[in-house]
Amino acid sequence: MTAVLERPAVATTPKAVRRHNRLAWIARHSIAIALSIMFIAPVAYLILLSLMTSNQALTSDYWPNTWHPENYVRVFQVTQLPRYLLNTVIYAVSATAFMLLSSIPAAYALAKLRFRGRNVLFLVIICVMMLPPQVVTVPLYLMWARYGLTGTLWPLILPTLLGDAFSIFLLRQFLLTIPEEYLDAARVDGCGEWRTLLKVVLPMARPGIAAAGLFQFFYAWNDYYGPLLYTSENENAWTLSLGLASFHSVHHVDWNLVTAATVLAMAPIIVVFFFAQRAFVQGVTLTGVKG
Amino acid sequence: MRLRRELTALTFLAPALLGIVVFFGYPLVSAVYFSFTKFDLLSTPEWVGLDNYKRMAEDPFLLQSVRNTLWMVVVFVPVRIVSAIGLSVLLARLRSGAGVFRTVFYLPALVPPVAATIAFVYLLKPGTGPVNTALEHLGIDGPLWFNSPAWAKPSLVLLGLWGIGDIMVIFLAAVLGVPASLYEAAELDGAGAWHRFRYVTLPSIRPVILFAAVTGVIYTLQYFDQAAVAGAVASGSATTGGGISSSFGYPEGSTFTYPLWLYTAGFRYSALGYANAMAVALFVVAFAVTVFLLRRSKAFSGEAA
Repeated sequence: MTAVLERPAVATTPKAVRRHNRLAWIARHSIAIALSIMFIAPVAYLILLSLMTSNQALTSDYWPNTWHPENYVRVFQVTQLPRYLLNTVIYAVSATAFMLLSSIPAAYALAKLRFRGRNVLFLVIICVMMLPPQVVTVPLYLMWARYGLTGTLWPLILPTLLGDAFSIFLLRQFLLTIPEEYLDAARVDGCGEWRTLLKVVLPMARPGIAAAGLFQFFYAWNDYYGPLLYTSENENAWTLSLGLASFHSVHHVDWNLVTAATVLAMAPIIVVFFFAQRAFVQGVTLTGVKG
Repeated sequence: MRLRRELTALTFLAPALLGIVVFFGYPLVSAVYFSFTKFDLLSTPEWVGLDNYKRMAEDPFLLQSVRNTLWMVVVFVPVRIVSAIGLSVLLARLRSGAGVFRTVFYLPALVPPVAATIAFVYLLKPGTGPVNTALEHLGIDGPLWFNSPAWAKPSLVLLGLWGIGDIMVIFLAAVLGVPASLYEAAELDGAGAWHRFRYVTLPSIRPVILFAAVTGVIYTLQYFDQAAVAGAVASGSATTGGGISSSFGYPEGSTFTYPLWLYTAGFRYSALGYANAMAVALFVVAFAVTVFLLRRSKAFSGEAA
């Protein structure tokens, strides 16, 4: 858009202005490159640290004297990392699947069906979404404890079967963009609401569903508060986030291993992002306001 | 016919409605009730009236945690918004490599908070960390960062700025959405770069600034993970080990955010009634902020956006 604005100007402007434009171009890109280096540096440093010997990792060196990629194997052997990884995958995958199952129909009803109390319900969902999780922490903990489910992953997974406020909000915003005519056509053809949802809406809503699914997956993968609250009493149920936070004390001097585990916790997220970049950015903008 | 339609809607909504009742309505009502009682994980609640609320006014840790959270609201939220606007304006004007830069600035927002916090504690280690080593080369005596009561929260702000990507993307979409004709008109009027930003860009993205401010406050009210992990890792002791670390809030309580103190009071000191009183107060504040957002923003109203 700025290109549209500036290109004709360049052709008609005198040399001085053109030089000014070029200088501005260089300045902007220099700032962007400098900032990029600052944004990449923390991860780069972490990766370098994870490839050092445990002795060198304690020094102020940036660059490994000798390279030790075997740290990434060792960290699986000397820590509970395999267990944490498995728990994290179980949590993230099942939470995502359950959330989609329960939240897509709810979002569809909120976006496309007319019923009494629709606006009120939508407001309630916004409030749930905005509520700090700590407000309901104690009663929920007591509820799960009563059923003997603390110390397991169930308190994290089961609630997603009953809808997730943020996902419902996100999916609704997306479903609103599907033109009503497609749904009317399906209804005229005699489709019930469930068939309309499955045959017409689902295929058209794929980008929105992808975004909501990714958000839920990332949320579960990164979650620290939930696992801390419900699983800290049983190490067999710990997730990566929880394990990472406690590694530091157990393997206090093995910074190379701690950083290797930290890099491993980041890696899947970054890989998934590169495969699904477009759906993701679209989802982020969808959460923002449009007016 | 109408009844049938409502029944269909109900079947679509049933799981979500049940979820709202079980995981929102019920615990919220319980929290209010529990806030008037005294109990721990082993005893049954005993009615104590307003005692918990009176205790809140006298709890020095609570006052400190309120101050810490307020500090984050007053410093972190504006710094984050100003930086995100700056970054998005810069990104919008880049013509080569825009996609690469966008990805680089966005990615850290996805990094697990625990991993990001560990990375920053290492990066900012007072003795051997690369940041202070680099500062030393420049002849500057670096601060103690996460190990200093004065610098722990600014360090958390730096960590937060690293993860600025999500709000930046929203600003970027808004900045790119400003009609080019507005800039043309401003240019014809002889407006320089600053005036174009001040009188064209800024007014056009005002709704997004409001959105970012309100959601930023909400985010700060529940700020927990980074504060908990930074305190524990920087102090060098366990975070979990059977529950709650004794090192939460390190150093000297400077990273005790309100929710972190709520959690510690409830689950480390087993003052569950008291924790619920804190939860009710948190709810009142968060609800007020949410209502403010709902009244000001069209996207959140029940009407089609």
